[in-house]
Amino acid sequence: MAQQLSVFLENAPGHLSRLTRFLGDNNINMHALFVADTGDYGVARILCDQTARAVEVLRDAGFSVTVTEVVAVEVPDKPGGLADLLDDIAAADIDISYSYCFVDPATKNACNVFRLKDPGAAQLIRDAGYRVLLDTDL
Amino acid sequence: MNRILRPEIECMPRTELEGLQLDYLKRTVPKLYATVPFYKAKMDEMGLDPFRVKTLSDVRYLPVTVKDDLRAAYPYKMFAAPMRDIVRIHASSGTTGSISVVGYTQYDIDMWSECVARSIIAAGGTKDDIIHVAYGYGIFTGGLGLHYGAEWIGACAIPVSGGNTKRQVQFLRDLVTVGGMGCTPSYALLIAETARALGEDPSTFPLRYGIYGAEPWSENIRRELERELGISAYDIYGLSEIMGPGVGFECEYQSGLHINEDHFLVEVLDPETHEPLPDGEYGEIAFTTIDKEGMPLLRYNTRDISRIIPEPCPCGRTTRRLQRIMGRSDDMIIIRGVNVFPSQIEQVLMQFSDRLAPQYQVIVSKKGALDNLEVQVELKPGFDFDEISSLENLHHQVKAAISSELAITIDLKLVEPHAIERTQGKAVRLIDKR
Repeated sequence: MAQQLSVFLENAPGHLSRLTRFLGDNNINMHALFVADTGDYGVARILCDQTARAVEVLRDAGFSVTVTEVVAVEVPDKPGGLADLLDDIAAADIDISYSYCFVDPATKNACNVFRLKDPGAAQLIRDAGYRVLLDTDL
Repeated sequence: MNRILRPEIECMPRTELEGLQLDYLKRTVPKLYATVPFYKAKMDEMGLDPFRVKTLSDVRYLPVTVKDDLRAAYPYKMFAAPMRDIVRIHASSGTTGSISVVGYTQYDIDMWSECVARSIIAAGGTKDDIIHVAYGYGIFTGGLGLHYGAEWIGACAIPVSGGNTKRQVQFLRDLVTVGGMGCTPSYALLIAETARALGEDPSTFPLRYGIYGAEPWSENIRRELERELGISAYDIYGLSEIMGPGVGFECEYQSGLHINEDHFLVEVLDPETHEPLPDGEYGEIAFTTIDKEGMPLLRYNTRDISRIIPEPCPCGRTTRRLQRIMGRSDDMIIIRGVNVFPSQIEQVLMQFSDRLAPQYQVIVSKKGALDNLEVQVELKPGFDFDEISSLENLHHQVKAAISSELAITIDLKLVEPHAIERTQGKAVRLIDKR
């Protein structure tokens, strides 16, 4: 399991840049960023190298931030790589809230991040033979 | 629990109290006729004999005084006492329009101090207490009003005034080893929030009670303050035109503001006709100061909306109670023909206090030809919004609840914590851009 930061933002010019500049100034490096939005709000979901410290400095600066457990699964970066994984997830009847992916430059593998309705279902993915990454792997 | 400073007055049989009020009124009306040209002109115009007051209900024939009359009398034309007898000047806090000036004789200051003292005793204060006064000191009546009340009972007042919120936290933690505090409810929230941000838990401070006033607040804000600060929170009511804080106050039952009726005659007026309404009905609150010397006023229309609670209070006081003030009719906004008070919105928002912070703003503007009301409210730090659906659910629930309470559709905007500017005096809840 991996720890993901979620930061609430108003959906207006400058708010995302203020967030990323703030992380940069605090020497925090992002591995992945995924912004979901409604008309008025956005939630920036971030995987980074120092999650605990990031939460602390963001809270001190008045950001609204929560930590969410997500499942990061490694698959080969090739056509159909994610589809194979999702077939197995569907077969195991695992419910996904949302998902995004990025490529790990070190391993050249794709990393698929899921928020599961039932975080316990991560074990089923592991049982299906996939490598579930920890914070230390990212 | 005996929290009554002057039981011989505060618990006086109604008939005796009304006799006392009539005696005062019979003296004050002719005095005003003789000393204040404004009242002489009014009474002459109405064909009113100042000696005609025979019963308390005759007050309904007296002229009503409004804010504009005080402005027109700027600076001293409403004073009934010669300047050599005036020992203090205050002025209205200027939430609406230009300021008006109020003068006090020594008698007025003593009477005011005792009214505030009654409020402190009712909140559970004692002469052994230390009272942290975070109302603004100056021409605003809050700071000095509470200060003199605290000293009247022999307590120790700390004149902190507003501002430097971190120091407020330090004082409340270290100096108020036994006692209470007073300020506006919105500033008390800011102090509590600042304490949390500094890593302190203000509910563990020795503070026992808070006396909050100078702006309307809701029952839910009371519970929030009581929980956050670990205290009992009491409302205190007043306005500088009449005196300052202490015109009315809450007792240990926290159910309405006991009016100090031995000094202030209270009426509820129909906002349209200005005729007095029976106890229990909502209207504009008017006061006649029956024994003040410096600047007595007849039937001063505060434009605060409330009602008199007809039932007696279990605390034993016989003084009648005003329901918590809904708002000032000047704060009332008319949206597409519907009357709206910011306090109604606050009441709804606080039902979501698990997810929303008690910080909000109401913005009124024109969208094309139509009035538009937008409520901005801060998310509570720690609310799990990671799934967009939890934000959308909250948005829909709050929007539906406010729209249903007000009977008009509103726009809602959830904003980041601390996005709404904090104030150290009266909170700015309403921005009307029309």
